[in-house]
Order: sequence, then structure tokens, then C-alpha cells
Amino acid sequence: MTTAALLPTRADEAFRYADLAALATLWPLPTQTVRVATGQSESLSVVLAQQGPAARDLVIELEPGASFDLRLLNAGRAYGRIAVKVRLARGARFHLGAAQLAGGQQTAEIVTEVVHAEPDAVSSQVVRSVLAGHATGTYLGRVVVDRGAVGTDGEQSIRAMLLDRTATANARPELEIYADDVKCAHGCAVGELDAMGLFYLESRGLPPAEAKKLMLQAFIAQAFVDAPEEDVLTQAALQALGDLL
Amino acid sequence: MLTISDLSNEIAGKAILKGLSLTINPGEIHAIMGPNGAGKSTLAYTLGGRPGYDVTGGSVDFNGQDLLAMAPHERAAAGLFLGFQYPVEIPGVSNVQFLREALNAQRKQRGEEPLSGGAFLKLAREKADLLRMDMDMLKRPVNVGFSGGEKKRAEMVQMGILDPRLAILDETDSGLDIDALRICGEGINAIMRRPDKAVLLITHYQRLLDYVKPDFVHVLAGGRIVRSGGPELALELEQHGYEAVA
Repeated sequence: MTTAALLPTRADEAFRYADLAALATLWPLPTQTVRVATGQSESLSVVLAQQGPAARDLVIELEPGASFDLRLLNAGRAYGRIAVKVRLARGARFHLGAAQLAGGQQTAEIVTEVVHAEPDAVSSQVVRSVLAGHATGTYLGRVVVDRGAVGTDGEQSIRAMLLDRTATANARPELEIYADDVKCAHGCAVGELDAMGLFYLESRGLPPAEAKKLMLQAFIAQAFVDAPEEDVLTQAALQALGDLL
Repeated sequence: MLTISDLSNEIAGKAILKGLSLTINPGEIHAIMGPNGAGKSTLAYTLGGRPGYDVTGGSVDFNGQDLLAMAPHERAAAGLFLGFQYPVEIPGVSNVQFLREALNAQRKQRGEEPLSGGAFLKLAREKADLLRMDMDMLKRPVNVGFSGGEKKRAEMVQMGILDPRLAILDETDSGLDIDALRICGEGINAIMRRPDKAVLLITHYQRLLDYVKPDFVHVLAGGRIVRSGGPELALELEQHGYEAVA
């Protein structure tokens, strides 16, 4: 129906919270397609740390028994959007670990659609957002289990931390299941830093900003656990966190 | 070292401390005992600077500085250590990382050079050994998955590393079995029983005082010190209860 050349509107669910003015400057988005052959394993890290608006559109096709480890850091200084569509064939495995950090008037979003097209595929998604100022951070994540995709295991763990009451987090994990005998779980939480934890760290001598940073560092690190480029990603995230505080 | 004069405060509009006065000199160990709800933990948190513990009157002098005007991290850098009754779990932050950053933050505030990674680990190992705590536990996230006793021993390891001038220990003995009680007691003595340091122990029971002998014992009731004495007062309390003594 829609062609890639047509700029989406808010009526399009995947763009409901997008910064459409910024998106217009990037449109149409080139799509990067990755195909992983039967039984192969691949990984990819995408880091947005740009000054201006940026958007990435990824399509990942996993053939039977293939596995893919995707890590995203959405931490630029302006609108940042990363959209990922994944299709898993029989026994394929997909893991997403993503962190996004935004402040000011920024909009940051991660939009995923993970389709379990065949039986026994496994997907897991861990998304951590840290939002300050008047920023909006969005995660829209749809997991689709096609008819006949029995033995599916799909998991989403979505958490957002608001540093200011003026920041906004949108988190919408979604399940569309057309098969029996599947295991899908999602957890979603939006919160603030634990006040008692902060006081505990401060009582040991850490200034408030350092105490916050330490707690947020641990929060973000959950997205990059066991990543092939864990150190690089963590360093980049720390840098962005430092700028945010 | 610490002079508390006529301290009053309230939490969420409710008066808890009502004109509490107490003086602690270097080299002294003081114990504060008292019934539940007397304000013991409130006193500890207020001295530590916990948000929400609003001081409504009185003053606290800590080595010539106005303690109440300082932020929690400044109090720590000035040499105050607050041992928590319920040490907080911080998932994802290792003890070693946290304590090194905390110690170096304190040193920076005092205008001292930061401790190198190697020197810090040596210090941490020494204090962990003192409290018979496995170094591997210090590499784990702060207090996460620790038993009650392990949390209290970890608090004492923190105290050893941070090397405060005054330690306020809020029910360090709660949740400890007999062995852990002895280890913590010995730890407190080893770290804090020095002519230039002082301790304020907050406790319900005599048993910790068997290991850490106080010079002074105070009874806190109704938001103020109602009676003070020597170590014999703790024994009297143990025998006759707070009602008889206070």
C-alpha cells in the first residue's frame, strides 16, 4: 500500500511517536538487509552518536538454525530512530540488547518486529532507556508467532529510567500469537532511580551526580552483557551518559 | 568530635527527635539503646543527612564544622560513616568498583591524590580478611544476594576501607548469628578503637556490647536522651527493661 518514498504519518503505528519533521530530512530511509545462512552465527553493533538526526532501518533474515546478536546504542544529540524487522526460520535465535539515552527536546526510538515464522525459534530483547529533560524515548516491539510456529520462545525485557519528571517514556511490547505451545513473556517498567540507593552511595562519599552515574551505568550495562563488543559499547554509552548528566 | 545540641526534627510532619543533646569525644565509644520507635534510627539517618529527615531545631558540630549544612557525600568526606541497619542492594555495581570510586571521591574532596587500582585492591583485601570475607564477594554487586550477616560484614569492610573518624552504626548487630556478631565486634574494635576515632553504636541488645565495650551508654526514649551512664547501664537495661530505667 504505502511505498517507501511516502513519508509516514502518525496514523502509522510504527511512527506514532516519531519526530516527523526530523524524519522528513532523512526520508526515504535506505534499508539494510542482513541474511544469515543456515546454521551460521553473526553479530552487529549499531551506534548512533551523531550530532544531527539519524535513522536506521534493518531487516534481518535468519535461515534455519542461524543466530544473530544485535546490539544498539541510540545516543545521538538529535532525533535517533532504529527500526529492526527480524524473521526467524526453524530453530533460529535472535538476541537484541539495546540502550537509548536522550535529553533536551530529543526523541529517541527503537521499533522492532520479530516474526517467528517457523517452529522452535528463540528471540530475546533487552531494551534500557535513560531519559532526561523533555526527551521522549520510545520502544515499540511486536513479536509475531506465525501459525505452526510451535515451540517458540520469545522474551522482551523493557525498562526505562526517567531522570526528570518532564521526560516521557513510551514502551509497548506486543504479542501476536497464532500458534499453540509457545512461550512468550514480556516485562516492562518505567521508573526513577531508587532514592535509598542514591543516599546509600552518597553516604559513602559519592557526589550526587557520580552516584546517579554509577547506578545508571549498571542499568544500561544490562543491554550489553556478553556482547562481542561489550567494552566499546559500554564506553560509548558512558560517554553519552556523562553528556546527559 | 561530635556535639549534638538540642536537636529536633520531623519526618513527614511528625516530630521524632525532640531536643536531643549528646557529646562524643575522640577515643570514646558510645552506645545508644532504647525501645522501638524512640528515634534511634532517625538519629542515625539525620546525622547521615538522609533526604526527608528535616531538622527543625538545634545544631550538630562535627570537628568544628556545621554537619547539618553539609550534603551526605560531604559528611562522608569529613569522616562520618553511617552503618545501615538495612544495607541497600545496588544491582550491577560491584563492591570493588563502588568502594574505589567512593574512596577516591572522598580523597578528591579532601584534596588528596586518588588511590591506584593496585593499592586499592591491597587495602580492600586487607579489610576483607579482617572481617573474614572472601574477596570474591567484593567483586559481586553491592549487597545483592548477600545474607543478613554478610551485608553487615560488608558494611564493616566498607568502614575499614573508608577509614572514618566517626562511625554511627545503626543496629549492626541485627541479623547476625553468634559467630558473625563476634567477627563484626572484633572488626569494629580493630578499625575504630583508636584515640583519634569515635563510635556511636545504636543497638537494642547488650550482646554487641560484650564485644565492643562502650565507655558511655545512653537511653533514648521519646526523641531525647533520658538517661546516661557507664557500661553498667546497659546491663541494668538488659535486666530490668527500658520502662524501669527510663
